[in-house]
Amino acid sequence: MRTAARFSLSLGIVKLGAVTRFLLRVLGQTLPSLRDPRLTVEQIYNAGARSLVIIMLCGLFVGMVLGLQAYDLLARFGSESALGVAAALGLLRELGPVLTALLFAGRAGTALASEIGLMGATDQLTAMEMMAVDPVRYVVAPRFIGGFIAMPLLTAIFDCVGIYGTQLIGVAMMRIPAGTFWSQTVNAVALRDINEGFIKSIVFGVACSLVAVYEGYNSEPTAEGVGLATTRTVVTSAVLILFLDYILTAMFL
Amino acid sequence: MAASSRSVDLGTGLFVLLGFAALGFLTTQLPGSGLQLHHKAESYNVIAKFDNIGGLKVGAPVSMAGVDIGRVSAIKLDTQEYKAAVTLTIEKTYSHIPDDSDAAIETSGLLGANYVGINAGGSDKFLTAGGQLQFTQSAMVLENLINKFFANSAGKQQGGDK
Repeated sequence: MRTAARFSLSLGIVKLGAVTRFLLRVLGQTLPSLRDPRLTVEQIYNAGARSLVIIMLCGLFVGMVLGLQAYDLLARFGSESALGVAAALGLLRELGPVLTALLFAGRAGTALASEIGLMGATDQLTAMEMMAVDPVRYVVAPRFIGGFIAMPLLTAIFDCVGIYGTQLIGVAMMRIPAGTFWSQTVNAVALRDINEGFIKSIVFGVACSLVAVYEGYNSEPTAEGVGLATTRTVVTSAVLILFLDYILTAMFL
Repeated sequence: MAASSRSVDLGTGLFVLLGFAALGFLTTQLPGSGLQLHHKAESYNVIAKFDNIGGLKVGAPVSMAGVDIGRVSAIKLDTQEYKAAVTLTIEKTYSHIPDDSDAAIETSGLLGANYVGINAGGSDKFLTAGGQLQFTQSAMVLENLINKFFANSAGKQQGGDK
């Protein structure tokens, strides 16, 4: 039992080292891979543009739910007019970055991992190496940069749609005057809150993309292995996002 | 490949544009500095000078008998009278406000936001654009009230001891 625990601990440390080495390797290849920007543009399209619908849909519903819940709570203190503030700060600082990253891990991260994993399983990566083409430069780095660029933009869109959703509930349904709603929100939100969300989304972007490309690149070259890599991508990303979120929130407060 | 790469470019371009538009909205429109989200209805400006505006902010509603009739569009300090000059932008629909009406800064709820409430006067002349509301009532600052209350009750106690 104890040896097993010790074994898995040392395995974890080895894996951490391997991920770090892989990150450095990908970072080393980012500039060379940007020499062919088309590769990266395609990945921004895959990770960003094609996640747009799900991000906007979820943002709208999160904003609306937040509107209902916060309204119910604030109405008890007779301060319904603070609804916009509560929703905007919650979305900008926490819900926007975290939920976008979780959705991104499920929508784009799994696609990345299984795509690269399948390339490995069908020997495409090996074939590239045989032709003296670095697969990290042509396959992995563009996907990493694409995810890293897409995340903050997706988060900003999520925030906007979410605040619109809250406004829909607060102003159109609960009849809070639009002037009060917006002026309270604008007065309470500082640039600092937006920065917090922005920095979080960048960190999550790096973490999610790295986990996805690492798991895909290092998956067993079998159907089962690719499936496992996809599962591990979602689980690791989700845990990592929430863990990093705690650290970043503690840093900002 | 050419056609599909064109559509990829288009999709990426739209996505990046939308993302930056969202970022732009968040950084410029949301925090503090000026909000022009609502197109302006036909309106006119009236000035009211208060001794103390408390927590009144630009964008706060102006209401009459509880009905929103406009917004606070500017707050400045009048350096001659040392009063706060508040510009009220009132919708054209409500142009029949007696010129001896009084403006008060009120609070919605105990912890709510400040707004400007206008009580109609009895004059048969109406406010015009650029006019001024002569009678004003300052914000009720809760902290001052509490201070007064405690000062009062302390005084009473001392009096009782003697």
